[in-house]
Amino acid sequence: MAGEIPILQIGDCLLVSIQVDMHDRLAMALQDDLTVRIVQSRARGVMIDISALEIVDSFIGRMLNNIAGMSRVLDAVTVVVGMRPAVAITLVELGLTLTGVRTALNVDKGLAMIRRIIDDGERGAGAGRG
Amino acid sequence: MRQTVHTIIPNLIETHHQRLVDNWLATQKRDGLVGGQITEDQLAEQSRRFLAELRQGVAGGQFDDISGPEWDSTRSLLDTIATERAVQGFSPSETAVFVFSLKEPLFELLRQEIQDVDTLARENWVASLLIDKLGMHTVEVYQKGREEVIRRQQEELIELSTPVIQLWDAILALPLIGTLDSARTQTVMESLLERIVSSGAEVAIIDITGVPTVDTLVAQHLIKTVSAARLMGADCIISGIRPQIAQTIVHLGLELDVVSKATMADAFALALRRVGKGVVERAKPQPPQDGE
Amino acid sequence: MAVLTSDDVVRVRQAVRANAIKAGFSLVDQTKIVTAASEIARNTVDYGGGGTLLIELLREGARHGLKLTFADQGPGIPDLERAMTDGYTSGNGLGLGLSGAKRLCNEFAIKSTPGSGTIVSLARWR
Repeated sequence: MAGEIPILQIGDCLLVSIQVDMHDRLAMALQDDLTVRIVQSRARGVMIDISALEIVDSFIGRMLNNIAGMSRVLDAVTVVVGMRPAVAITLVELGLTLTGVRTALNVDKGLAMIRRIIDDGERGAGAGRG
Repeated sequence: MRQTVHTIIPNLIETHHQRLVDNWLATQKRDGLVGGQITEDQLAEQSRRFLAELRQGVAGGQFDDISGPEWDSTRSLLDTIATERAVQGFSPSETAVFVFSLKEPLFELLRQEIQDVDTLARENWVASLLIDKLGMHTVEVYQKGREEVIRRQQEELIELSTPVIQLWDAILALPLIGTLDSARTQTVMESLLERIVSSGAEVAIIDITGVPTVDTLVAQHLIKTVSAARLMGADCIISGIRPQIAQTIVHLGLELDVVSKATMADAFALALRRVGKGVVERAKPQPPQDGE
Repeated sequence: MAVLTSDDVVRVRQAVRANAIKAGFSLVDQTKIVTAASEIARNTVDYGGGGTLLIELLREGARHGLKLTFADQGPGIPDLERAMTDGYTSGNGLGLGLSGAKRLCNEFAIKSTPGSGTIVSLARWR
Protein backbone atom coordinates (compact mmCIF):
# COMPACT_ATOMS: atom_id res chain seq x y z
CA MET A 1 0.00 0.00 0.00
CA ALA A 2 1.31 3.47 -0.82
CA GLY A 3 0.86 4.89 2.64
CA GLU A 4 -1.91 7.45 2.46
CA ILE A 5 -2.33 7.33 -1.29
CA PRO A 6 -4.94 4.83 -2.47
CA ILE A 7 -4.67 3.19 -5.90
CA LEU A 8 -8.02 2.20 -7.39
CA GLN A 9 -8.64 -0.11 -10.26
CA ILE A 10 -11.32 0.70 -12.83
CA GLY A 11 -11.45 -2.00 -15.48
CA ASP A 12 -7.99 -2.12 -16.97
CA CYS A 13 -7.02 1.30 -15.62
CA LEU A 14 -5.42 2.32 -12.38
CA LEU A 15 -6.55 5.59 -10.78
CA VAL A 16 -4.37 7.41 -8.31
CA SER A 17 -5.79 10.45 -6.58
CA ILE A 18 -3.18 12.61 -4.87
CA GLN A 19 -4.94 14.43 -2.08
CA VAL A 20 -2.16 15.38 0.26
CA ASP A 21 0.81 17.67 0.06
CA MET A 22 3.31 14.86 -0.45
CA HIS A 23 6.69 14.72 1.13
CA ASP A 24 9.50 12.88 -0.57
CA ARG A 25 9.18 9.48 1.11
CA LEU A 26 5.54 9.28 0.17
CA ALA A 27 6.30 10.17 -3.44
CA MET A 28 8.95 7.47 -3.70
CA ALA A 29 6.63 4.93 -2.10
CA LEU A 30 3.91 5.82 -4.60
CA GLN A 31 6.22 5.27 -7.56
CA ASP A 32 7.25 1.86 -6.28
CA ASP A 33 3.75 0.73 -5.39
CA LEU A 34 2.33 1.86 -8.71
CA THR A 35 4.88 -0.10 -10.66
CA VAL A 36 4.05 -3.22 -8.71
CA ARG A 37 0.32 -2.68 -9.17
CA ILE A 38 0.63 -2.10 -12.92
CA VAL A 39 2.33 -5.46 -13.30
CA GLN A 40 -0.06 -7.21 -10.92
CA SER A 41 -3.21 -5.90 -12.56
CA ARG A 42 -1.86 -5.85 -16.14
CA ALA A 43 -3.27 -2.36 -16.37
CA ARG A 44 -3.25 -0.64 -19.75
CA GLY A 45 -3.82 2.82 -18.39
CA VAL A 46 -2.69 4.87 -15.39
CA MET A 47 -4.57 8.00 -14.43
CA ILE A 48 -3.11 10.39 -11.92
CA ASP A 49 -5.56 12.90 -10.51
CA ILE A 50 -3.74 15.99 -9.27
CA SER A 51 -6.78 18.22 -8.88
CA ALA A 52 -6.05 18.55 -5.16
CA LEU A 53 -2.46 19.64 -5.67
CA GLU A 54 -1.87 23.35 -5.21
CA ILE A 55 1.83 23.05 -6.00
CA VAL A 56 3.71 21.00 -8.54
CA ASP A 57 7.45 21.58 -8.30
CA SER A 58 10.30 19.93 -10.17
CA PHE A 59 10.33 17.05 -7.69
CA ILE A 60 6.71 16.17 -8.34
CA GLY A 61 7.35 16.74 -12.03
CA ARG A 62 10.17 14.21 -11.87
CA MET A 63 7.88 11.78 -10.12
CA LEU A 64 5.23 12.13 -12.81
CA ASN A 65 7.79 11.66 -15.55
CA ASN A 66 9.17 8.58 -13.80
CA ILE A 67 5.73 7.06 -13.47
CA ALA A 68 5.05 7.74 -17.15
CA GLY A 69 8.36 6.19 -18.10
CA MET A 70 7.83 3.07 -16.04
CA SER A 71 4.32 2.54 -17.23
CA ARG A 72 5.34 3.00 -20.85
CA VAL A 73 7.87 0.22 -20.43
CA LEU A 74 5.04 -1.87 -19.07
CA ASP A 75 2.88 -0.95 -22.08
CA ALA A 76 0.50 1.29 -20.17
CA VAL A 77 -0.61 4.83 -20.97
CA THR A 78 -0.25 7.55 -18.34
CA VAL A 79 -2.65 10.48 -18.18
CA VAL A 80 -2.45 13.28 -15.65
CA VAL A 81 -5.78 14.96 -15.00
CA GLY A 82 -7.14 17.88 -13.06
CA MET A 83 -4.21 20.25 -13.16
CA ARG A 84 -5.18 23.60 -11.68
CA PRO A 85 -4.77 26.69 -13.88
CA ALA A 86 -2.39 28.37 -11.42
CA VAL A 87 -0.27 25.23 -11.40
CA ALA A 88 -0.22 25.01 -15.20
CA ILE A 89 0.86 28.64 -15.51
CA THR A 90 3.58 28.14 -12.91
CA LEU A 91 4.87 24.97 -14.55
CA VAL A 92 5.13 26.71 -17.88
CA GLU A 93 6.99 29.59 -16.27
CA LEU A 94 9.23 27.13 -14.42
CA GLY A 95 10.11 25.58 -17.74
CA LEU A 96 9.13 22.12 -16.65
CA THR A 97 8.14 19.77 -19.46
CA LEU A 98 6.22 16.66 -18.59
CA THR A 99 7.63 14.35 -21.21
CA GLY A 100 5.61 11.34 -22.16
CA VAL A 101 2.83 12.48 -19.89
CA ARG A 102 -0.51 13.11 -21.50
CA THR A 103 -2.92 15.48 -19.85
CA ALA A 104 -6.67 15.79 -19.73
CA LEU A 105 -9.03 18.14 -17.98
CA ASN A 106 -10.73 15.64 -15.68
CA VAL A 107 -11.21 11.97 -14.89
CA ASP A 108 -13.95 11.48 -17.48
CA LYS A 109 -11.95 12.91 -20.33
CA GLY A 110 -8.88 11.12 -19.05
CA LEU A 111 -10.60 7.74 -19.19
CA ALA A 112 -11.95 8.55 -22.67
CA MET A 113 -8.45 9.45 -23.79
CA ILE A 114 -6.98 6.23 -22.42
CA ARG A 115 -9.72 4.24 -24.16
CA ARG A 116 -9.04 5.98 -27.47
CA ILE A 117 -5.32 5.41 -27.27
CA ILE A 118 -5.64 1.76 -26.30
CA ASP A 119 -8.23 1.11 -29.02
CA ASP A 120 -6.16 2.89 -31.67
CA GLY A 121 -3.16 0.92 -30.50
CA GLU A 122 -5.10 -2.30 -30.79
CA ARG A 123 -6.31 -1.44 -34.25
CA GLY A 124 -2.85 -0.48 -35.35
CA ALA A 125 -1.40 -3.72 -34.05
CA GLY A 126 -4.19 -5.77 -35.63
CA ALA A 127 -3.70 -4.18 -39.05
CA GLY A 128 0.01 -4.76 -38.88
CA ARG A 129 2.74 -2.17 -38.35
CA GLY A 130 1.90 0.85 -40.48
CA MET B 1 21.36 57.17 8.46
CA ARG B 2 19.76 56.59 11.81
CA GLN B 3 21.48 58.76 14.33
CA THR B 4 20.09 60.10 17.52
CA VAL B 5 20.73 63.81 17.33
CA HIS B 6 21.35 65.84 20.47
CA THR B 7 18.81 68.57 20.37
CA ILE B 8 16.68 70.50 22.78
CA ILE B 9 13.85 70.83 20.31
CA PRO B 10 11.74 68.10 22.00
CA ASN B 11 12.01 69.96 25.31
CA LEU B 12 11.15 73.29 23.78
CA ILE B 13 8.12 71.95 21.95
CA GLU B 14 7.01 70.20 25.14
CA THR B 15 7.41 73.24 27.35
CA HIS B 16 6.05 75.88 24.98
CA HIS B 17 3.44 73.77 23.27
CA GLN B 18 0.53 76.14 23.65
CA ARG B 19 2.53 79.17 22.55
CA LEU B 20 3.62 77.30 19.43
CA VAL B 21 0.05 76.33 18.53
CA ASP B 22 -1.21 79.87 18.93
CA ASN B 23 1.63 81.36 16.89
CA TRP B 24 1.23 78.82 14.15
CA LEU B 25 -2.47 79.51 13.81
CA ALA B 26 -1.79 83.23 13.73
CA THR B 27 0.83 82.72 10.99
CA GLN B 28 -1.49 80.63 8.90
CA LYS B 29 -4.29 83.15 9.20
CA ARG B 30 -1.96 85.96 8.29
CA ASP B 31 -0.75 84.06 5.21
CA GLY B 32 -4.26 83.36 4.04
CA LEU B 33 -4.08 79.63 4.56
CA VAL B 34 -7.47 79.74 6.15
CA GLY B 35 -10.75 80.43 4.42
CA GLY B 36 -12.04 78.95 1.24
CA GLN B 37 -12.75 75.29 1.86
CA ILE B 38 -11.39 75.18 5.36
CA THR B 39 -12.74 76.97 8.40
CA GLU B 40 -10.67 78.41 11.19
CA ASP B 41 -11.90 75.76 13.57
CA GLN B 42 -11.01 72.95 11.22
CA LEU B 43 -7.57 74.44 10.67
CA ALA B 44 -7.06 74.81 14.42
CA GLU B 45 -8.10 71.19 14.84
CA GLN B 46 -5.66 69.93 12.21
CA SER B 47 -2.82 72.09 13.52
CA ARG B 48 -3.36 70.95 17.10
CA ARG B 49 -3.46 67.30 16.11
CA PHE B 50 -0.33 67.64 14.05
CA LEU B 51 1.60 69.37 16.80
CA ALA B 52 0.53 66.73 19.30
CA GLU B 53 1.94 64.06 17.00
CA LEU B 54 5.06 66.12 16.43
CA ARG B 55 5.65 66.24 20.17
CA GLN B 56 5.57 62.47 20.33
CA GLY B 57 7.63 62.06 17.21
CA VAL B 58 10.48 64.31 18.31
CA ALA B 59 10.51 62.64 21.71
CA GLY B 60 11.71 59.56 19.88
CA GLY B 61 14.93 61.38 19.08
CA GLN B 62 14.97 60.34 15.47
CA PHE B 63 15.35 63.40 13.23
CA ASP B 64 17.11 61.99 10.20
CA ASP B 65 14.64 59.41 9.14
CA ILE B 66 10.88 59.63 9.50
CA SER B 67 10.17 56.16 8.19
CA GLY B 68 10.74 54.46 11.53
CA PRO B 69 8.17 53.37 14.13
CA GLU B 70 8.58 56.56 16.22
CA TRP B 71 7.02 58.51 13.39
CA ASP B 72 4.34 55.97 12.45
CA SER B 73 1.42 57.83 14.00
CA THR B 74 2.66 61.17 12.69
CA ARG B 75 2.85 59.85 9.15
CA SER B 76 -0.53 58.27 9.55
CA LEU B 77 -1.99 61.57 10.73
CA LEU B 78 -0.43 63.39 7.79
CA ASP B 79 -2.02 60.85 5.46
CA THR B 80 -5.40 61.50 7.08
CA ILE B 81 -5.00 65.28 6.89
CA ALA B 82 -3.88 65.02 3.27
CA THR B 83 -6.93 62.93 2.42
CA GLU B 84 -9.27 65.29 4.29
CA ARG B 85 -7.79 68.24 2.47
CA ALA B 86 -7.96 66.46 -0.88
CA VAL B 87 -11.67 66.01 -0.31
CA GLN B 88 -11.89 69.70 0.59
CA GLY B 89 -10.32 70.51 -2.75
CA PHE B 90 -6.74 71.22 -1.72
CA SER B 91 -3.88 70.17 -3.97
CA PRO B 92 -1.08 68.05 -2.44
CA SER B 93 1.32 70.98 -2.53
CA GLU B 94 -1.16 73.09 -0.60
CA THR B 95 -1.19 70.43 2.07
CA ALA B 96 2.59 70.43 2.07
CA VAL B 97 2.54 74.21 2.54
CA PHE B 98 0.42 73.62 5.62
CA VAL B 99 3.31 71.61 7.08
CA PHE B 100 6.00 74.03 5.90
CA SER B 101 4.18 76.98 7.47
CA LEU B 102 5.16 75.57 10.86
CA LYS B 103 8.74 76.64 10.23
CA GLU B 104 8.22 80.29 10.93
CA PRO B 105 6.68 79.95 14.42
CA LEU B 106 9.10 77.14 15.26
CA PHE B 107 12.17 79.16 14.28
CA GLU B 108 10.74 82.09 16.21
CA LEU B 109 10.42 79.88 19.28
CA LEU B 110 14.00 78.70 18.92
CA ARG B 111 15.25 82.23 18.49
CA GLN B 112 13.50 83.32 21.65
CA GLU B 113 14.71 80.43 23.77
CA ILE B 114 18.26 79.87 22.55
CA GLN B 115 20.95 82.42 23.34
CA ASP B 116 24.03 80.89 21.83
CA VAL B 117 24.32 81.72 18.11
CA ASP B 118 25.98 78.43 17.11
CA THR B 119 23.43 76.34 18.98
CA LEU B 120 20.62 78.35 17.41
CA ALA B 121 22.00 77.79 13.92
CA ARG B 122 22.33 74.07 14.52
CA GLU B 123 18.89 73.66 16.02
CA ASN B 124 17.36 75.69 13.19
CA TRP B 125 18.91 73.31 10.72
CA VAL B 126 17.63 70.21 12.52
CA ALA B 127 14.13 71.69 12.70
CA SER B 128 14.22 72.73 9.06
CA LEU B 129 15.27 69.29 7.83
CA LEU B 130 12.59 67.59 9.87
CA ILE B 131 9.78 69.79 8.64
CA ASP B 132 10.99 69.45 5.06
CA LYS B 133 10.77 65.68 5.36
CA LEU B 134 7.31 65.80 6.85
CA GLY B 135 6.11 68.15 4.14
CA MET B 136 7.59 65.97 1.38
CA HIS B 137 5.85 62.97 2.85
CA THR B 138 2.43 64.39 2.06
CA VAL B 139 3.36 64.89 -1.60
CA GLU B 140 4.87 61.42 -1.92
CA VAL B 141 1.85 59.72 -0.45
CA TYR B 142 -0.39 61.50 -2.92
CA GLN B 143 1.80 60.44 -5.83
CA LYS B 144 1.81 56.82 -4.79
CA GLY B 145 -1.96 56.92 -4.55
CA ARG B 146 -2.18 58.11 -8.16
CA GLU B 147 0.24 55.45 -9.32
CA GLU B 148 -1.95 52.81 -7.72
CA VAL B 149 -4.99 54.12 -9.59
CA ILE B 150 -3.11 54.01 -12.89
CA ARG B 151 -1.89 50.50 -12.23
CA ARG B 152 -5.40 49.30 -11.52
CA GLN B 153 -6.73 50.91 -14.65
CA GLN B 154 -4.00 49.26 -16.70
CA GLU B 155 -4.99 45.88 -15.31
CA GLU B 156 -8.62 46.46 -16.16
CA LEU B 157 -7.66 47.51 -19.67
CA ILE B 158 -5.71 44.31 -20.20
CA GLU B 159 -8.58 42.21 -18.95
CA LEU B 160 -11.06 43.95 -21.21
CA SER B 161 -8.94 43.30 -24.27
CA THR B 162 -8.69 39.52 -23.97
CA PRO B 163 -12.13 38.02 -24.49
CA VAL B 164 -12.45 34.24 -24.75
CA ILE B 165 -15.26 33.08 -27.00
CA GLN B 166 -16.93 29.71 -27.05
CA LEU B 167 -17.41 28.70 -30.67
CA TRP B 168 -18.89 25.30 -30.03
CA ASP B 169 -19.22 22.72 -27.31
CA ALA B 170 -15.59 21.98 -26.75
CA ILE B 171 -14.04 24.69 -28.88
CA LEU B 172 -12.82 28.06 -27.64
CA ALA B 173 -11.52 30.99 -29.64
CA LEU B 174 -9.14 33.62 -28.33
CA PRO B 175 -8.70 36.61 -30.65
CA LEU B 176 -5.59 38.51 -29.63
CA ILE B 177 -5.51 42.20 -30.43
CA GLY B 178 -2.32 44.14 -29.98
CA THR B 179 1.11 43.14 -28.85
CA LEU B 180 1.75 40.27 -26.53
CA ASP B 181 4.05 41.23 -23.66
CA SER B 182 4.70 39.23 -20.54
CA ALA B 183 2.07 41.00 -18.42
CA ARG B 184 -0.55 40.49 -21.10
CA THR B 185 0.47 36.86 -21.56
CA GLN B 186 -0.17 36.22 -17.88
CA THR B 187 -3.69 37.61 -18.14
CA VAL B 188 -4.33 35.77 -21.39
CA MET B 189 -3.23 32.48 -19.86
CA GLU B 190 -5.36 32.99 -16.80
CA SER B 191 -8.49 33.86 -18.80
CA LEU B 192 -8.00 31.02 -21.25
CA LEU B 193 -7.28 28.36 -18.66
CA GLU B 194 -10.20 29.36 -16.50
CA ARG B 195 -12.48 29.15 -19.53
CA ILE B 196 -11.08 25.74 -20.41
CA VAL B 197 -12.01 24.54 -16.94
CA SER B 198 -15.48 26.03 -16.97
CA SER B 199 -16.37 24.94 -20.50
CA GLY B 200 -14.51 21.64 -20.66
CA ALA B 201 -12.98 22.75 -23.93
CA GLU B 202 -10.65 20.43 -25.79
CA VAL B 203 -9.52 22.80 -28.50
CA ALA B 204 -8.53 26.45 -28.25
CA ILE B 205 -8.06 28.54 -31.38
CA ILE B 206 -5.70 31.43 -30.79
CA ASP B 207 -6.17 34.00 -33.52
CA ILE B 208 -3.28 36.38 -34.05
CA THR B 209 -4.68 38.44 -36.92
CA GLY B 210 -4.64 41.44 -34.60
CA VAL B 211 -1.06 40.95 -33.47
CA PRO B 212 1.13 43.35 -35.47
CA THR B 213 4.48 41.56 -35.27
CA VAL B 214 5.65 38.17 -34.20
CA ASP B 215 9.24 38.18 -33.03
CA THR B 216 11.13 35.76 -30.80
CA LEU B 217 9.64 37.18 -27.61
CA VAL B 218 6.06 37.12 -28.87
CA ALA B 219 6.62 33.58 -30.13
CA GLN B 220 7.86 32.59 -26.68
CA HIS B 221 4.75 34.04 -25.10
CA LEU B 222 2.57 32.17 -27.57
CA ILE B 223 4.36 28.90 -26.89
CA LYS B 224 3.91 29.43 -23.15
CA THR B 225 0.20 29.94 -23.61
CA VAL B 226 -0.08 26.87 -25.82
CA SER B 227 1.89 24.74 -23.34
CA ALA B 228 -0.25 25.88 -20.46
CA ALA B 229 -3.44 25.03 -22.35
CA ARG B 230 -2.02 21.61 -23.21
CA LEU B 231 -1.34 20.90 -19.55
CA MET B 232 -5.04 21.49 -19.01
CA GLY B 233 -5.86 18.93 -21.66
CA ALA B 234 -6.70 21.35 -24.46
CA ASP B 235 -4.97 21.37 -27.81
CA CYS B 236 -4.30 24.67 -29.51
CA ILE B 237 -4.51 25.83 -33.07
CA ILE B 238 -3.07 29.17 -34.08
CA SER B 239 -4.94 31.01 -36.79
CA GLY B 240 -4.60 34.33 -38.54
CA ILE B 241 -1.07 33.80 -39.78
CA ARG B 242 -0.51 36.52 -42.34
CA PRO B 243 2.06 35.90 -45.10
CA GLN B 244 4.55 38.35 -43.58
CA ILE B 245 4.23 36.62 -40.23
CA ALA B 246 4.85 33.25 -41.84
CA GLN B 247 7.99 34.65 -43.45
CA THR B 248 9.22 36.19 -40.20
CA ILE B 249 8.71 32.93 -38.37
CA VAL B 250 10.78 31.00 -40.88
CA HIS B 251 13.36 33.78 -41.05
CA LEU B 252 13.89 33.80 -37.31
CA GLY B 253 13.95 30.03 -37.24
CA LEU B 254 11.14 29.96 -34.73
CA GLU B 255 9.86 26.52 -33.87
CA LEU B 256 6.17 26.87 -33.20
CA ASP B 257 5.35 23.39 -32.02
CA VAL B 258 1.67 23.81 -32.76
CA VAL B 259 -0.64 23.54 -35.74
CA SER B 260 -1.22 26.85 -37.43
CA LYS B 261 -3.71 27.92 -40.03
CA ALA B 262 -4.10 31.02 -42.13
CA THR B 263 -7.72 31.69 -41.28
CA MET B 264 -10.06 31.19 -38.36
CA ALA B 265 -12.39 29.32 -40.72
CA ASP B 266 -9.76 26.70 -41.47
CA ALA B 267 -8.89 26.46 -37.81
CA PHE B 268 -12.52 25.99 -36.88
CA ALA B 269 -12.97 23.24 -39.47
CA LEU B 270 -9.94 21.45 -38.07
CA ALA B 271 -11.18 21.92 -34.52
CA LEU B 272 -14.55 20.39 -35.40
CA ARG B 273 -12.83 17.36 -36.87
CA ARG B 274 -10.70 17.04 -33.75
CA VAL B 275 -13.68 16.91 -31.45
CA GLY B 276 -15.45 14.52 -33.78
CA LYS B 277 -18.05 16.87 -35.13
CA GLY B 278 -18.86 18.02 -38.62
CA VAL B 279 -21.04 20.38 -40.60
CA VAL B 280 -23.93 18.74 -42.45
CA GLU B 281 -25.41 19.88 -45.72
CA ARG B 282 -29.16 20.25 -45.47
CA ALA B 283 -31.38 19.14 -48.31
CA LYS B 284 -32.78 22.64 -48.90
CA PRO B 285 -31.21 25.80 -47.52
CA GLN B 286 -33.73 27.47 -45.23
CA PRO B 287 -34.13 31.23 -45.60
CA PRO B 288 -34.78 33.06 -42.33
CA GLN B 289 -38.41 32.80 -41.23
CA ASP B 290 -40.39 35.68 -39.82
CA GLY B 291 -39.18 36.61 -36.45
CA GLU B 292 -36.01 34.49 -36.69
CA MET C 1 12.25 28.65 10.55
CA ALA C 2 14.31 25.49 10.36
CA VAL C 3 14.59 23.68 7.06
CA LEU C 4 16.13 20.33 7.88
CA THR C 5 13.93 17.48 6.73
CA SER C 6 11.58 16.76 3.89
CA ASP C 7 8.69 17.32 6.30
CA ASP C 8 10.08 20.83 6.74
CA VAL C 9 9.79 21.34 2.99
CA VAL C 10 6.05 20.83 3.35
CA ARG C 11 6.02 23.25 6.28
CA VAL C 12 7.96 25.80 4.24
CA ARG C 13 5.31 25.64 1.51
CA GLN C 14 2.54 26.20 4.02
CA ALA C 15 4.33 29.09 5.72
CA VAL C 16 5.17 30.81 2.44
CA ARG C 17 1.61 30.32 1.22
CA ALA C 18 0.19 31.89 4.39
CA ASN C 19 2.50 34.88 4.07
CA ALA C 20 1.79 35.30 0.38
CA ILE C 21 -1.89 35.47 1.19
CA LYS C 22 -1.14 38.06 3.86
CA ALA C 23 0.75 40.13 1.30
CA GLY C 24 -2.33 40.08 -0.90
CA PHE C 25 -0.88 38.00 -3.75
CA SER C 26 -3.17 36.64 -6.46
CA LEU C 27 -3.56 32.87 -6.60
CA VAL C 28 -1.15 32.56 -9.51
CA ASP C 29 1.47 34.71 -7.77
CA GLN C 30 1.04 32.68 -4.59
CA THR C 31 1.56 29.47 -6.51
CA LYS C 32 4.68 30.85 -8.16
CA ILE C 33 6.45 31.91 -5.01
CA VAL C 34 5.45 28.80 -3.07
CA THR C 35 6.77 26.63 -5.91
CA ALA C 36 10.02 28.60 -6.00
CA ALA C 37 10.33 28.24 -2.23
CA SER C 38 9.73 24.51 -2.53
CA GLU C 39 12.59 24.19 -5.02
CA ILE C 40 15.08 26.07 -2.88
CA ALA C 41 13.94 24.41 0.34
CA ARG C 42 14.56 21.04 -1.26
CA ASN C 43 18.04 22.11 -2.29
CA THR C 44 18.71 23.29 1.23
CA VAL C 45 17.71 19.92 2.66
CA ASP C 46 19.19 17.65 0.00
CA TYR C 47 22.41 19.45 -0.86
CA GLY C 48 22.95 21.99 1.88
CA GLY C 49 22.66 19.60 4.80
CA GLY C 50 19.76 21.58 6.18
CA GLY C 51 19.47 25.27 6.98
CA THR C 52 17.10 28.09 7.76
CA LEU C 53 14.48 30.23 6.09
CA LEU C 54 13.63 33.82 6.89
CA ILE C 55 10.32 35.16 5.57
CA GLU C 56 9.85 38.92 5.34
CA LEU C 57 6.85 40.93 4.27
CA LEU C 58 8.00 43.88 2.18
CA ARG C 59 6.29 47.22 1.82
CA GLU C 60 7.32 50.04 -0.49
CA GLY C 61 4.61 52.67 -0.56
CA ALA C 62 1.64 50.98 -2.17
CA ARG C 63 3.63 47.94 -3.31
CA HIS C 64 3.51 44.76 -1.28
CA GLY C 65 6.08 42.01 -1.56
CA LEU C 66 7.47 38.89 0.02
CA LYS C 67 11.13 38.10 0.56
CA LEU C 68 12.53 34.67 1.38
CA THR C 69 16.08 34.08 2.50
CA PHE C 70 17.39 30.52 2.63
CA ALA C 71 20.76 29.88 4.26
CA ASP C 72 22.76 26.76 4.84
CA GLN C 73 26.28 25.82 5.93
CA GLY C 74 26.68 23.05 3.41
CA PRO C 75 29.35 22.28 0.84
CA GLY C 76 28.30 25.19 -1.36
CA ILE C 77 27.97 25.24 -5.14
CA PRO C 78 31.34 25.16 -6.95
CA ASP C 79 30.24 26.32 -10.39
CA LEU C 80 27.40 28.77 -9.84
CA GLU C 81 26.99 29.73 -13.46
CA ARG C 82 26.64 26.16 -14.59
CA ALA C 83 24.24 25.37 -11.78
CA MET C 84 22.02 28.19 -12.96
CA THR C 85 21.61 26.81 -16.46
CA ASP C 86 18.69 24.56 -17.18
CA GLY C 87 19.25 20.87 -17.03
CA TYR C 88 22.31 20.98 -14.84
CA THR C 89 22.14 18.70 -11.84
CA SER C 90 24.56 17.10 -9.48
CA GLY C 91 22.09 14.57 -8.20
CA ASN C 92 19.43 12.83 -10.18
CA GLY C 93 16.59 14.79 -11.57
CA LEU C 94 15.61 17.63 -13.79
CA GLY C 95 18.00 20.04 -12.16
CA LEU C 96 15.70 22.97 -12.69
CA GLY C 97 15.72 24.05 -9.08
CA LEU C 98 17.74 27.25 -9.23
CA SER C 99 17.05 28.56 -12.70
CA GLY C 100 13.40 27.62 -12.47
CA ALA C 101 12.99 29.35 -9.12
CA LYS C 102 14.67 32.42 -10.53
CA ARG C 103 12.18 32.59 -13.38
CA LEU C 104 9.31 32.52 -10.94
CA CYS C 105 10.53 35.50 -8.93
CA ASN C 106 11.01 39.20 -9.50
CA GLU C 107 14.26 39.31 -7.56
CA PHE C 108 16.75 36.52 -7.10
CA ALA C 109 20.21 36.51 -5.55
CA ILE C 110 22.52 33.67 -4.69
CA LYS C 111 25.80 33.63 -2.86
CA SER C 112 27.71 30.40 -2.50
CA THR C 113 31.19 29.69 -1.23
CA PRO C 114 32.48 26.12 -1.60
CA GLY C 115 33.06 24.85 1.88
CA SER C 116 31.08 27.43 3.78
CA GLY C 117 27.54 27.30 2.52
CA THR C 118 24.97 28.99 0.38
CA ILE C 119 22.55 31.87 0.77
CA VAL C 120 19.64 32.26 -1.63
CA SER C 121 17.23 35.14 -1.47
CA LEU C 122 14.06 35.43 -3.54
CA ALA C 123 11.51 38.17 -3.66
CA ARG C 124 8.22 38.61 -5.42
CA TRP C 125 6.13 41.75 -5.61
CA ARG C 126 2.41 42.00 -5.98
